[in-house]
Amino acid sequence: MDTPFAITLGPGSSSVNRTGTWRTERPVYVDRLPPCNQACPAGENVQGWLYTAEEGDYQTAWRQLVAANPFPAVMGRVCYHPCETACNRAQLDHAVGINSVEEFLGDEAIRRGWVLPTPAPDTGKRVLVVGAGPSGLSAAYQLCMLGHHVEIRDSAARPGGMMRYAIPTFRLPRDVLDAEIDRLLALGIDFRPNTPVTDLTAEHGFDAVFLAVGAQLAHRAYVPAAQSARILDALELLGDTAAGGRPLLGRTVAVYGGGNTAMDAARTARRLGADEAIIVYRRTRERMPANDIEVTDALEEGIRMKWLSTVKHADVGVLTIERMELDEKGVPQPTGELEELRADALVLALGQDVDHTLVDTLPGVRVEGGVVQVDGHMMTGYPGVFAGGDMVPSARSVTVAIGHGAAAARNIDAWLRGTVATPEPEREVATFERLNTWYYSDAPETVRPRLDAARRVSDFAEVTGRLDVDTALYEARRCMSCGNCFGCDNCYGVCPDNAIVKVRTGHGYAIDLDYCKGCALCVTECPAGAIDMIPEPD
Amino acid sequence: MPAQSVKFYQVGSRAVGNRLLDAELRTEQSSADRRNSITSGHRACQGCGEALGARYVLDTAARVTGGRLVTVNATGCLEVFSTPYPESAWQVPWLHSLFANAASVASGVAAALEAQGRTDIRVLAQGGDGGTVDIGFACLSGMFERGDDVLFVCYDNEAYMNTGVQRSGATPAYARTATTEAVGPIPGSRPGQGKDLPRIAMAHEIPYVATATVAELRDLEAKVEKAMSMRGPRYLHVLVPCPLGWGSAPAETVRLARLAQRSGLFPVFEAEHGEVTSVLPIRDRIPVEEYLRPQRRYAHLFNDPPRTDLIERIQQIADRNVARYHLNPHEAPRETPLEISHEEGA
Repeated sequence: MDTPFAITLGPGSSSVNRTGTWRTERPVYVDRLPPCNQACPAGENVQGWLYTAEEGDYQTAWRQLVAANPFPAVMGRVCYHPCETACNRAQLDHAVGINSVEEFLGDEAIRRGWVLPTPAPDTGKRVLVVGAGPSGLSAAYQLCMLGHHVEIRDSAARPGGMMRYAIPTFRLPRDVLDAEIDRLLALGIDFRPNTPVTDLTAEHGFDAVFLAVGAQLAHRAYVPAAQSARILDALELLGDTAAGGRPLLGRTVAVYGGGNTAMDAARTARRLGADEAIIVYRRTRERMPANDIEVTDALEEGIRMKWLSTVKHADVGVLTIERMELDEKGVPQPTGELEELRADALVLALGQDVDHTLVDTLPGVRVEGGVVQVDGHMMTGYPGVFAGGDMVPSARSVTVAIGHGAAAARNIDAWLRGTVATPEPEREVATFERLNTWYYSDAPETVRPRLDAARRVSDFAEVTGRLDVDTALYEARRCMSCGNCFGCDNCYGVCPDNAIVKVRTGHGYAIDLDYCKGCALCVTECPAGAIDMIPEPD
Repeated sequence: MPAQSVKFYQVGSRAVGNRLLDAELRTEQSSADRRNSITSGHRACQGCGEALGARYVLDTAARVTGGRLVTVNATGCLEVFSTPYPESAWQVPWLHSLFANAASVASGVAAALEAQGRTDIRVLAQGGDGGTVDIGFACLSGMFERGDDVLFVCYDNEAYMNTGVQRSGATPAYARTATTEAVGPIPGSRPGQGKDLPRIAMAHEIPYVATATVAELRDLEAKVEKAMSMRGPRYLHVLVPCPLGWGSAPAETVRLARLAQRSGLFPVFEAEHGEVTSVLPIRDRIPVEEYLRPQRRYAHLFNDPPRTDLIERIQQIADRNVARYHLNPHEAPRETPLEISHEEGA
């Protein structure tokens, strides 16, 4: 050994001793599925775009977001954010305000004029999309990105479907909607307004069809009524109002139904000048289909709720209500007890049905329970005709519709290439128990400013405000990056054997198996639970 | 990136690194070019807290001195696992002394350097708790009172681990060791014995005394940096859990150090010239049981029936630390010191 005078041991010479041989288990970096991603019906990589937003690189974050969902500004307003319900941070303090950061990114993109990515080269394939609602637009966008030529037809004068004709402007300002739809159509999508499709067998020149006509028919329920009683459909009310109309309803308005449309209708009635809006629903709040966010908003605005009630008869200015009782199965049963409820108008919000006449002429297409049946690849029984959104069995929301559109596009693309879309490999979920939450800073959620209830009911101004640059960054940084490395260097730091090295690829770290003794300190101290121990291979 | 005033960095200062922080605000240990003063291939057990603590301390000391650093090492685990002949894990100049005299050898090195006018070269002595609080105690006390320019670092794993887990003067009450078996009415190490060396060092009124753990890296690095910015005798006492001696899982080393601090059993503070100048407040206080239970050296406290009386006494020790050092910002300072009963039996 060649060492200086009086030095007996070479510096650092212990490295000849490969302590990796002691190991019986080894650490491996994993990418688990964060619960937000798992819960997102639109298939967003929420944790992924938050990670980028944490660095303040909002444009890149937005690009990651729009890879799955071209409507972040819309979603930031109307999505019921199941991601936040699933968020692990809720078990620590409060869920990350994912929806508010999404809205912020969407608004930044509009304000700064960020453009969507360039579509792939033309494949020469042509796809017809029927319906320009969220599902149809989402499918058109994804198909266009894949290089297919897309033509969208819609019976309405303007694109957007229920986003335009049902969601009230105080939840979704139309300039925001227009900006995101215009940006999407500008990719080169051929949009044909006022062009209902009635017979698909007459359509030629398309390689595939995506049906997304929604559920636009108000569900008919027989309500005995005097001839001059004022009764109208919620969709009609919402559509007229969204188009700028101001339907006359009177001082007291009853809304019949317990879904989201009922909430929107009641809140709209208040803004149209009704002193009182009462929701009449046959079951209880717990059993109401409306999303809790909407119910809370409605209650804040002074909407009254009449639970366990059905409308027996509608007269001019007054309704006859029957009290219901839940039986042991939770089904409402009539009690025979009647009472009168003063109401100048009755708005029916009893659900929406699918107009499936379009597929009735197509052989092989099944309609069950009023909705069109599709297989696991979103294809109907007629080869090459796919369907999604409210017209297929699903939870009806804009977010679900966008997810359907994207999923249909993947399947259509595979079908056009003569293959079958392979589902993404299943990933294990990043559960809260795997996190080491000690490391995260204490940080309560940022709450978006909201209009006072009194201000809200006086006009159609948007109820919920924005985050600004600082609060959006703060909120993004509340993300715990569950199950995915976020580069905190804990593994690198806590290894007593210096057996974790920084690299420029992959996760940014690699295990030096020559020296890793398998102590698993890196696993325990990983805040995100992004390292697993696995048995040493033979 | 747009101008932003938000000062919130996801993991704040707790994690080793933070990609959201400016490079100059990051820790030495997060650096891809950190020195690794103890390199790979050393024979410390899996999950060794001392190997970790020594690297944390020496990497920072080497950085702030620009590598002009001589280290002296008392006999003990650290010396044994790092230098089995003919290998050495050290990447800094390193002298091995006897068990007892690391402080004296360091004093001699400092004196020699001073005689040569090389006061730019700094001296750091290190040892385990045995070599510090017991066998090397006289030499250390002498180094303190002579005012020698040495930083002495004690890596405290609370017993003689290298020779088979015998009790030291730093072994805590009721902990089982090979020489304090878990038998009789007072199982494990006797309460009321042992030495609180940080306080003994403070009694020498030396320029700097600090405690730290391997769970609070930033705190530890800051203390090493501060100590190296000062001259004269300085003392740093670092809690380094030992999976072998404590009977804990190797993966739990850092967590146990954290729990020791959070329970109040290991107060983290710094003192200058005999007065406490700052403490690391407890972020989220836990009962001592949460710290004791994962360690087999305390398993006899959790038999059926459990020794709740002894657990309560350990809790009293933690409470007294919290009161003495004002460790919990949520607890008002006490007017009278807490008394701890040391009678035999329960």
